[in-house]
Amino acid sequence: MQILQYLINGISIGAVYAIIALGYTMVYGIAKMLNFAHGDVIMVGAYISFCVTNYLGLPAIVSILAAMIVCTVLGIIIEALAYKPLRGTSSLAVLITAIGVSYFLQNAAQLIWGSAPKNFTSIVTFKPFSLAGGELVITGEVIITIVISVLIMVGLTLFTGKTRMGKAMRAVSEDRDAAQLMGINVNQTISMTFAIGSALAAVAGVLLCSTVPTLMPTTGSMPGIRAFTAAVIGGIGSIPGAMLGGILLGVIETFSKKYISTEFSDAIVFAVLILILLVKPAGLLGKQVQEKV
Amino acid sequence: MSTMLKIDDIHVYYGAIHAIKGVSFEVGEGEIVALIGANGAGKSTILKTVSGLMHPRSGSISFMDEQIAHMDAYKLLRHGLAHVPEGRRIFLQMTVQENLEMGAYIRKDVSKADLDMVFNYFPRLKERRKQIAGTLSGGEQQMLAMSRALMSHPKLMMLDEPSMGLAPILVDQIFDIIKQLHKDGTTILLVEQNASKALEIADRAYVLETGNITLSGTGVELARSDEVRKAYLGG
Ligand SMILES: Nc1ncnc2c1ncn2[C@@H]1O[C@H](COP(=O)(O)OP(=O)(O)OP(=O)(O)O)[C@@H](O)[C@H]1O
Ligand SMILES: [Mg+2]
Repeated sequence: MQILQYLINGISIGAVYAIIALGYTMVYGIAKMLNFAHGDVIMVGAYISFCVTNYLGLPAIVSILAAMIVCTVLGIIIEALAYKPLRGTSSLAVLITAIGVSYFLQNAAQLIWGSAPKNFTSIVTFKPFSLAGGELVITGEVIITIVISVLIMVGLTLFTGKTRMGKAMRAVSEDRDAAQLMGINVNQTISMTFAIGSALAAVAGVLLCSTVPTLMPTTGSMPGIRAFTAAVIGGIGSIPGAMLGGILLGVIETFSKKYISTEFSDAIVFAVLILILLVKPAGLLGKQVQEKV
Repeated sequence: MSTMLKIDDIHVYYGAIHAIKGVSFEVGEGEIVALIGANGAGKSTILKTVSGLMHPRSGSISFMDEQIAHMDAYKLLRHGLAHVPEGRRIFLQMTVQENLEMGAYIRKDVSKADLDMVFNYFPRLKERRKQIAGTLSGGEQQMLAMSRALMSHPKLMMLDEPSMGLAPILVDQIFDIIKQLHKDGTTILLVEQNASKALEIADRAYVLETGNITLSGTGVELARSDEVRKAYLGG
């Protein structure tokens, strides 16, 4: 029963990583850049939700929507101000800028909300229920997190697979010049990708802090890095890959914390990353692109 | 004959490399114009500049009486200018059908009539609609690249080496289709390594050498000229 309990908790935190990883993977796939500030957008989302619930006293659903709107706008602004001017330059320049944006967001949060941790109130109000005579406890957070992450994954898969905008995103991701020759506005498409990724980050922020209630300016950075790892494990650019990688990582992390060592859990996670990449360099579900001459 | 595309003294650079050094030429409505030249002469660069993927540092380009030299590439298709780039550049991870849908992206929906139109030119694609484009043969990929461009009903279609890497029989087939497209009303700007084939179907042609146009004339004239025969037709 213990093992099952840890598995469920692992899947739940993994589902949060998965949502973050989906944002990473979409932005990477389409804009071809690592948005290292993605984790900090999560933190901003959590703070917005916190403020709306605690200072304005509005219901949870409103706070999530507010967080999504703010993060969407933030994502679009970050892309337009920091990344767009660098399009076509070296990817190193973009990477360093992204790290800069990450620090900027953390410092801005510190200025606005202070560095003392806030105690985030979970958005989930219904009671946990226990199974197997109380040996197995499934919290509302666990259920909500898993359900939302699955909905997001299905939604994104349908969006990129079936809609005109989603297909345009895939086209841009495959070949930016060819996409332009189809009449696709690449700048607008990339901007849209950032908007979606950031809205997801807001949701992830709220779910993360509902599970782990300590909120501070650095809250997003470690989950951001883990989710990035998850995206790489799953195969960066792949939507089911991000989901699989996220869950896998959450489970590995939870088990290492319980059975091996809390301090080493990150080291173990990254060791797994290295192992997987040694065997499958493109990640578990990464696409091996074949090209014909 | 009215001028559809007019290129006037364009200079194009890759960083410090001066790739196109003052090129001027025209394509009239209803013509097939060929641009031939050796590797690295600048043929693809010219097409990329016309379609807006690159911009000239100086000089002007007008298409249907509109200045387009500094227009963004994604806007040009809406003006009726399609570019089938070198190396086909189809979306390898998408299906044939999805590639065709991307070709019709500017019209928001894909009509059955458009699909029928391209399948009429390229029947082989019809049965392969669900196939992932990356698994098509080289010839089929070329057909898909042309079909994709046709989906937007272009007025001018620019083709960059459509015969590259194809077996002779397929080359003939592709050239037949180009002729058919032309007959059906599409103006063609054709870049080719296969100079004899290109000159055969071209109304007029230009010879490009390291960023300059060195010869021009009707397809027949150029095919007969000594310079062209020595340099591009193997004697
Ligand atoms: N991305 C680039 N960066 C720098 N130089 C380039 C680039 N692309 C092309 N060039 C240079 O510009 C010149 C013209 O190239 P272009 O591709 O237009 O030639 P081409 O006539 O199409 O040749 P080919 O028949 O081999 O396709 C060449 O000298 C080439 O090296
Ligand atoms: Mg070329």
